[in-house]
Amino acid sequence: MLLIACPYCGEERPELEFRHAGEAHVARPDPIAEIDDAAFEAFFFLRDNPKGLIWERWRHVHGCGRFFNAVRDTVSDRFITTYKAGEVRREVVRDDEGGYQLKGEER
Amino acid sequence: MRNYSIFALAREALRGHRGWEQQWRSPEPKSRYDVIIIGGGGHGLGTAYYLAKEHGVRNIAVLEKGWLGGGNTGRNTTIIRSNYLYDESAALYDHAVKLWEGLAQELNYNVMYSPRGVMMLAHNVHDVQVFQRHIHANRLNGVDNEWLTPEEAKAYCPPLNIARNARYPVMGAALQRRGGTARHDAVAWGYARAASALGVDIIENCAVTGIRRGSNGAVEGVDTGRGFIAANKVGVVAAGHSSVLMEMAGVRMPLESYPLQALVSEPVKPVFPCVVMSNTVHAYISQSDKGELVIGAGTDQYTSYSQTGGLPVLTHTLDAICEMFPAFSRMRMLRSWGGIVDVTPDRSPILSKTPVAGLYVNCGWGTGGFKATPGSAHVFAHTIAQDAPHPINAPFNLERFRTGRLIDEAAAAAVAH
Amino acid sequence: MSGAMRIAGKGRLVPARRVGFTFDGQAMQALCGDTLASALLANGVHLTGRSFKYHRPRGILSAGPEEPNALLDVSRGGNTHTPNVRAPVQEVFDGLVARSQNRWPSLTFDLGAINNFLSPLFPAGFYYKTFMWPKAAWTRFYEPVIRAAAGLGVAPKEPDPDRYANRYIHCDVLVIGAGLAGLLAAQAAAEAGADVILCDEQPAVGGALWHEIDTRIDGEEGFEWAQATAQALSGRDNVRVLTRTTAFSYQAQNMVALVERVSEHVAAPARDQPRERLWQVRAKQVIVATGAIERPMVFSGNDRPGVLLASAARTYLNHFGVAVGANVGVYTANDSAYAAAFDLADAGINILAIIDFRDEVNEGLRELAAQRGIDVLCGHCVTGTAGSLRISGMRARPRSGGPERKWKIDALITSSGWTPSVHLYSQSRGKVVWDAATQRFLPGPPVQDMVTIGACNGTDEAAALADEAMAAGKAAARLARAAHDGASSDTPSQSRPDLTVQTSRAGALLGAGSREVLKGGKAFVDFQNDVTAKDIELAVREGMRSIEHIKRFTTTGMATDQGKTSNLHGLAIAAEMLDRPIPEVGLTTFRHPYTPVSFGALVNHGRGPLFDPTRRTAMHLAHEQQGAEFEDVGQWKRPWYYPQAGEDMAAAVNRECRTVREVAGLFDASTLGKIEVVGPDAAKFLDLVYTNGWDKLSPGRCKYGIMLREDGFIFDDGVVGRIANDRFHVTTTTGGAPRVLHHMEDYLQTEYPDLRVWLTSTTDQWAVIAVQGPKARDIIAPFVEGIDISAEAMPHMSVREGQVCGVAARLFRVSFTGETGFEVNVPADYGKSVWDMLWTRARALGACCYGTETMHVLRAEKGYIIVGQDTDGTVTPGDAGLGWAVAKKKTDFVGIRGLKRPDLVADGRKQLVGLHSRDGRTVLEEGAQIVADPHQSVPMTMIGHVTSAYWSENCGGPIALALVENGRQRIGETLYVPMAEEVLAVEVTETVFFDRAGERING
Repeated sequence: MLLIACPYCGEERPELEFRHAGEAHVARPDPIAEIDDAAFEAFFFLRDNPKGLIWERWRHVHGCGRFFNAVRDTVSDRFITTYKAGEVRREVVRDDEGGYQLKGEER
Repeated sequence: MRNYSIFALAREALRGHRGWEQQWRSPEPKSRYDVIIIGGGGHGLGTAYYLAKEHGVRNIAVLEKGWLGGGNTGRNTTIIRSNYLYDESAALYDHAVKLWEGLAQELNYNVMYSPRGVMMLAHNVHDVQVFQRHIHANRLNGVDNEWLTPEEAKAYCPPLNIARNARYPVMGAALQRRGGTARHDAVAWGYARAASALGVDIIENCAVTGIRRGSNGAVEGVDTGRGFIAANKVGVVAAGHSSVLMEMAGVRMPLESYPLQALVSEPVKPVFPCVVMSNTVHAYISQSDKGELVIGAGTDQYTSYSQTGGLPVLTHTLDAICEMFPAFSRMRMLRSWGGIVDVTPDRSPILSKTPVAGLYVNCGWGTGGFKATPGSAHVFAHTIAQDAPHPINAPFNLERFRTGRLIDEAAAAAVAH
Repeated sequence: MSGAMRIAGKGRLVPARRVGFTFDGQAMQALCGDTLASALLANGVHLTGRSFKYHRPRGILSAGPEEPNALLDVSRGGNTHTPNVRAPVQEVFDGLVARSQNRWPSLTFDLGAINNFLSPLFPAGFYYKTFMWPKAAWTRFYEPVIRAAAGLGVAPKEPDPDRYANRYIHCDVLVIGAGLAGLLAAQAAAEAGADVILCDEQPAVGGALWHEIDTRIDGEEGFEWAQATAQALSGRDNVRVLTRTTAFSYQAQNMVALVERVSEHVAAPARDQPRERLWQVRAKQVIVATGAIERPMVFSGNDRPGVLLASAARTYLNHFGVAVGANVGVYTANDSAYAAAFDLADAGINILAIIDFRDEVNEGLRELAAQRGIDVLCGHCVTGTAGSLRISGMRARPRSGGPERKWKIDALITSSGWTPSVHLYSQSRGKVVWDAATQRFLPGPPVQDMVTIGACNGTDEAAALADEAMAAGKAAARLARAAHDGASSDTPSQSRPDLTVQTSRAGALLGAGSREVLKGGKAFVDFQNDVTAKDIELAVREGMRSIEHIKRFTTTGMATDQGKTSNLHGLAIAAEMLDRPIPEVGLTTFRHPYTPVSFGALVNHGRGPLFDPTRRTAMHLAHEQQGAEFEDVGQWKRPWYYPQAGEDMAAAVNRECRTVREVAGLFDASTLGKIEVVGPDAAKFLDLVYTNGWDKLSPGRCKYGIMLREDGFIFDDGVVGRIANDRFHVTTTTGGAPRVLHHMEDYLQTEYPDLRVWLTSTTDQWAVIAVQGPKARDIIAPFVEGIDISAEAMPHMSVREGQVCGVAARLFRVSFTGETGFEVNVPADYGKSVWDMLWTRARALGACCYGTETMHVLRAEKGYIIVGQDTDGTVTPGDAGLGWAVAKKKTDFVGIRGLKRPDLVADGRKQLVGLHSRDGRTVLEEGAQIVADPHQSVPMTMIGHVTSAYWSENCGGPIALALVENGRQRIGETLYVPMAEEVLAVEVTETVFFDRAGERING
């Protein structure tokens, strides 16, 4: 069971309190009614599904109820960071030991 | 290929089994093949076999990054059935069941297809409606599936608890008698042996690191840990890793990969005669020929390539098992493991040509790919050989996510595969 | 004496404390503290079971959880029998009943043993090569025979009478394994102020100190020191010591699952004692000190009862006071077996010879052996054993060749070295590393907040082990505290205890050492699954190159012991065959659980009513009192119908249907999801999530809304009332409430965070009583205050706030029956009393209560859909005949683009229509398929299916709704429903069957 830091509650809580909500930073096109079929397919169906770092959304459904973003390594399931919805995408770099660190906060 | 039989076995018994030959060759990769299949699971090996056997393609390589059958082929709960709702799905999965019925003889390898019946439990009025819809549609499609009362279900599977005061009482069941199980490893090995005998090069420990495309956009070959290998046709049959491989060719896929866990109990004498599935409470159970109860769970909620999942998913599954079969509470979990399942938005597979000439993809089987192995391999081989889909897999194309012509079994039935 | 093999004065058990148990019906005595294995050995019993495949007689091999052979069915009476219990793990209690398994008719005479003679026909993987002819025989004959032969014990047939418990717990430091290393680490961590949990799978702490009596710590005998240390730790507030507790699963982010055997060793468990308890521990730091497991030697005939691990023989002697034999042989490639031999010899047991595979052994050991008159034959190998139900002899010769010598023995103890228990490290996703110098896999760098210490880390030497353990404990405490205080401070330094240790684990052998050794008989690698060295050779010969293939082909390491004593041997033999270094052949991954865990422990409280929460409405008791039958809808229990005396379901539903339309009925609608949508931008927000427009809806009015997914398919529906300009009362389907709120929150929080809207689930806050029928107004009128409920003042689709039965209420004028209808929403706490008051009056007026079945019939008579029944996730509003509810002028709503996709606007979509059975009497089956041509052959072309079908008492005949291809163009056509026995003809109709003009609703 994962342990997830809710950026709103400021606490690590067990996965049972959260609901996964798919890849993050997939913006709904505006105006969506005007886009073509290919663009709709890309928005609604196509996913990066990366092996490695994923930017994804979670909702603290049995807590504060807020949606937020997370960066997680899908190979180790380790969370690199979590941050509030609407914040800019956090960039991550590899450190010397093969782990990940937030860009700008490297040791 | 040396024939397998009781006589061969008896002959070998007399000389300490020293005469058996290797089941499949282990050649060095050639510099060029007509067709490269990426992925040495059942679907990939089967594709190579049918390409060689039925389409006369002999210059084929199967590239496997690890060991044959080490992905979902060797990690699933081996349930086989074809009682799907939509015509397209019923045709695909029943094609597979028909091939299962003769697969041991076809491959001269006992894959232990065991049609002991798959029983799907209905726990509420909605389930009953959905199952009846399946049963009616299956009957008109020529697929066996019948309704059982709770008492009939109990007679078919004696450990089942049909008490009316259960938290989710059994209101009946849909039974497909031709459904059952098979021995997963044997499927990979049997196809590998038969394909190898037809000249297919099976290359293990050979990870694909790139898919090369020419100036016209068409496939030219693949980069691997053992160098570049040329081919004008490449079939990607890589389950959970399909997104990663298709990305190498610049194709973004409608897939997400989730952990799926399963477990076995310690082996016991025969106690469970069939396969039971309950989608409402998420539990899938049968007993292997070795005596282990084989139990499947639902997927974890997050995407992952870690081949492990969380304990809550497993314990929830066992909650359901012990609700339905209260006597199993004292049984013990012996081993559990995870696979990576690639799930499409409509929970139906993709067996398709791609926007890249010479590149074909067979993926998106989610939690239910094993049952389709021979059928999937058979029609995918046709698709690659003819550069056009077989009528059975034509609806399972990639374009459906653009047109909206989805084959949404899950939405139609709230049924996991 | 509790058994002839008990040696007076040896062991730590108290001779006076006796218990009785039975084995295969024979009564035996044991001492309190005995395991089933030690008790059987004390009684001279080695033969405890039969192997899986060849039914070979097998005895106790080990003294721990790695036991592959001695698996028994254990019971305390009642329905408590449990198969495959490892005898060295099960503690004996008074009245324990043990039975051997996998034998018939008896353990000593087992007909299945014929397999042993036929074994040349049954090498690894033989079943893949045969049983294919004739084809039908696999299912009818071969497979049933194989299945009957397989399996070990017999599964319980009756429900489990025991209880199980569960604890979630956090700690600073979890120490797994309470041997010397674990104890010192826990002590160090505890003294540094950390919250510590120390667990060990054995009934008492000590680990290897159970058998290593030559260890002295601070002047005390090692085991005694361990007990005293554990006791001191237990006395601290910041330490919890859990014995009989196995850490079986190391999960992500330092969650470790433990299972505690709470009462498995107790003769009469107290009522409040669960059988087992699951601990789910989230530790800031984990210290793994799981020790090492001894491996047996691989040689011909190494599986006979009486062949044991050397350390096991030592444990039985030094802890339990039991001799494993009177004349004992020793076969080893490892120094530690000498210690076992010396302990046995010192206890008066005759050690006939030590056969050492190694060419040389250190002089000290030779001397100690000589002092005891024990022959040491270096550079020798055991070439075979004799005996059937118990070993009776062994043969050995120099490895380089030479004459064979024979000994008469009744036990043979062996050791080929120690395998570090890296299971939990591997489960934590660490990668083990091959250490060529010591021929073993060791933990690599940690990948979680953990550290491995002691024998499982390859630290053999006692002083180094102690230093490592204390440093690990201190560091873990510092790191854990830094995690919660953000600071660390110095902790008092702990001095290493004074250690004296004689036992050395030098020397190791993987595999059989040489092919020569294997000639002449079966040399087992995996005892339980009957995998021999030759089977592994065969797998390699057949082209299995990966250890995973070898494992799966031979089944080595896949028995209930998961290869704890066999995996390394299998790997080494395969590597030798493949002529590749061991690490290149690979090591299979260690999967959880470490040892088998009962389903009951994992399920613990999640049984019966606690399997899934049951939701009941505020009026549930009233329904029970009125004799309702209930239906499960999601987690809810909903009244299905209210049978009166003598009524079956059909009669009750017919009566309810008639009564509602003739008089009125009360219906509990509380389960409908309810969401309060509040804020200045509330209407704007609803415009986005519903297909229709909300801006123009006046306060006090209601509207039916459809919600789509972004792909254009119907997701949910419901009536929405506008309470005020900035306040809406949204209702959803019963099952849809959570996902609708999630969906709305998603759009609100992430797509339109600037909208000033707040969403609150109020499903459980409002009890909802629907009063429907011509007398609905009459029924509620006397109870309503502050609201004019006349038809003029409060038309259909309106909402008012006021009081009902003296309680603040939201009163809706809505109808899902087509009759005049009100839905009384009152705070849930008042639901039951308001229901009772309304019911008293309703009954007096001749109305009824009605359940979900009648609700379904009445709405179908009016052609109202149920999302999830008449739609299925592939249906658009247009398909469902609800195109009118999709605003044409809006430029955005969820689903607007999805609806325009080619297939969603194509011809030939399935549309909702009514069906009229031509025969006027047959109720169609829900889910039945519809065809245009009933004479076609299978597979038929199906053009639709029946979504809802009922007998309509009010229409005097059957009614049905169906989704049919181009359905609306087919109205008036005859279509067919082919059933198993007959074909039913149906006419396609409009979806409204009753009161087509729709006048009653406005009454």
